[in-house]
Amino acid sequence: MLDGMNRSLSILLWGVVSVLAAAAIAVIAIHRSEPINALWLVTAATCCYALGYRFYSKFIAAKILAVDALRATPAERLENGRDFLVTNKWVVFGHHFAAIAGPGPLVGPVLAAQFGYLPGTLWVLAGAVFAGCVQDFVILLFSVRRDGKSLTEMAKEETGVIGGIVAYAAVIAILIILLAVVALVVVNALKDSPWGTFTIAMTIPIALLMGIYLRRIRPGRVLEVSVLGFVLVLLAIWGGQWVSRDPTTANLFTLSAPTLAISIIIYAFAASAVPVWLLLAPRDYLSTFVKLGTIGLLGIGIVAIHPTLHMPAFTRFVDGTGPVFAGKIFPFAFITIACGAISGFHSLISSGTTPKLIARETETRMVGYGAMMAESAVAVMAIIAACVLQPGVYFAINSPAGVVGQTAIAATTTISNWGFPVTAADMQALAQAVGEHTLFNRTGGAPAFAVGMAHIFSQTLGGGTVMALWYHFAVMFEALFILTILDAGTRVARFMVQDALGHIYKPLGRTSWYPSIISTSALIVAAWGFFLWQGVKDPLGGINSLWPLFGIANQLLATVALCVATTIIIKMHRSRYAAVTLIPLVWLVAVTFTASWHKIFDPDARVGFLAQARALAAGPATGASARLIFNNRLDAVVTALLLVMVALVLIESVRQWIGVLTGRREARVKEVPFVMTRLAEERA
Amino acid sequence: MSHWKKTATIFFSALREIFDEAAYTRFLRRTKMASSPAAYAAFWRERETSAPKPRCC
Repeated sequence: MLDGMNRSLSILLWGVVSVLAAAAIAVIAIHRSEPINALWLVTAATCCYALGYRFYSKFIAAKILAVDALRATPAERLENGRDFLVTNKWVVFGHHFAAIAGPGPLVGPVLAAQFGYLPGTLWVLAGAVFAGCVQDFVILLFSVRRDGKSLTEMAKEETGVIGGIVAYAAVIAILIILLAVVALVVVNALKDSPWGTFTIAMTIPIALLMGIYLRRIRPGRVLEVSVLGFVLVLLAIWGGQWVSRDPTTANLFTLSAPTLAISIIIYAFAASAVPVWLLLAPRDYLSTFVKLGTIGLLGIGIVAIHPTLHMPAFTRFVDGTGPVFAGKIFPFAFITIACGAISGFHSLISSGTTPKLIARETETRMVGYGAMMAESAVAVMAIIAACVLQPGVYFAINSPAGVVGQTAIAATTTISNWGFPVTAADMQALAQAVGEHTLFNRTGGAPAFAVGMAHIFSQTLGGGTVMALWYHFAVMFEALFILTILDAGTRVARFMVQDALGHIYKPLGRTSWYPSIISTSALIVAAWGFFLWQGVKDPLGGINSLWPLFGIANQLLATVALCVATTIIIKMHRSRYAAVTLIPLVWLVAVTFTASWHKIFDPDARVGFLAQARALAAGPATGASARLIFNNRLDAVVTALLLVMVALVLIESVRQWIGVLTGRREARVKEVPFVMTRLAEERA
Repeated sequence: MSHWKKTATIFFSALREIFDEAAYTRFLRRTKMASSPAAYAAFWRERETSAPKPRCC
């Protein structure tokens, strides 16, 4: 009787959630006449995530993966107090979320907002529920069943040697492109901004101070020193306004894009070579502290203020003529949003530290599927932050001078003629309000997000008078994120290269041998520094070519992860459910291959690398144009290489599937044998 | 333990794990060392030999 009542209540509750989800999506999809409230996006997202988690992830866990609470995980079997450790599921969730949440879900959706709020929102919701969360969940579970093996190891074992090699090469390529593009985002946010540059420069001595404090004064008291570091960063933000007002100090911290790029390259090289405890680890702690706090605060701010979205559902740029980046909704919106919907990079975390901490298989659902939902929610917040701006302001900030014109009058005239009214006076007033000289041509997404975030925060805390502080807080928040990724990413790539070179000459593989550290660090920094320099010198702002390249690389890694997942599902004799990973895989193949084709061969010079090289070759021959021609051809070659590598994994996987399904190949998965958990007995 | 206390305990445990405080405590327990600058240096020496934690984009 009681069971029956609970069941009825449950049906009623989920029925209400479903109706609410449908209503919210209908409003954001159909409403055209007036601006809509951000709460509709929040409601749609909350209900979609709840439904996806309750029904879809449960279906995957039960029918496909057959997650088993009685099966001992590597954290239990191999517990060593170091890498393998039985950990509370909420603690693992926090750990996993802190590792997967980066600037991607903040920047990508802001850039994709040039199409309007609707395409990005729909893809973030559908992409996360049906693709991104699924990928993170299944890869995590498969790694747990293989003693925490990495994606590259699983690819090698399950799809063949080619899969392993390609996954390895794809990871290195993605890291290099990722580091270049995020460094470019920082350069564009800090160029000619003495306040922002001062604040970020101050985080270096603050991190060093934290490192020394942790090492010498209060060993291991990380939370304590992170609070101290955070207070010092807040003081640096506060002090930045005086720096920007004083002509001498303002001049010192007003750096051009090339100078900033060189500074960041030198910094990253130094950071990757000095001991981790001194700079990288304290900065990582500080960044994580600020990141978790700010994301929480932004979520509360959006719900409390529930601002109106001024961006229309669709803009005229769905036709591919957008100023932020060129290309039509399909495939470029899906390439641009990347991490907010599905990120191949997450599969590295899901097969990295996280599987070694999971206490029970059943917890992979909450950690893998759930943490990606939280990441997707961050992307929804970024869409809201970008779309609360007046569209004219959004385009003035995000459009490169090469597209809208060099002067304020030229830019505002061009943007107003597109149907998004904005004046030079509006932009000047906004720049003054946030403590900047200008906000024109601040491409890269970070400044637009910072203005949107400052707009939301200033309505709750402090009013318009503290808008400048909130703006620089947001810039600092993103730049800190990104510099941490530069440090950590360069080091991760260095370890991978050292590992590979160790097979050729053993000492090169030793991670403590200084000649190897210096040479491999230099190699990695030179590789991403090259692309960064290319972006800085690009007349179209760099983001136009580098962000799609990053998006393609990231989504191609997701393609590799889904190939591995589908292969394992078929080998597990669950082929009738293989569509769960196969459909996202087919979609990603369609998106990435189409995008790659356009980026290489599209006749429009703003889209296709080769077309741009041809257009430059047809113009006057200068040193700069020769370099740009070379860069465009190189980008085309890199894109083609990524495409060929992933095509090889795909072919190898399809051969495996056909072999298994026709009975010509043995369907043997490389899972470790079942061992009964002791945790269940202990609990009983 | 009250619901709030339990929630707070888990929250701080998560923070301690994210910020490596828990890893350092485990290191001290495993090596039977007392917390000191030397122990913290040894903790980092051990960490630097393993691959760094990737941070996603």
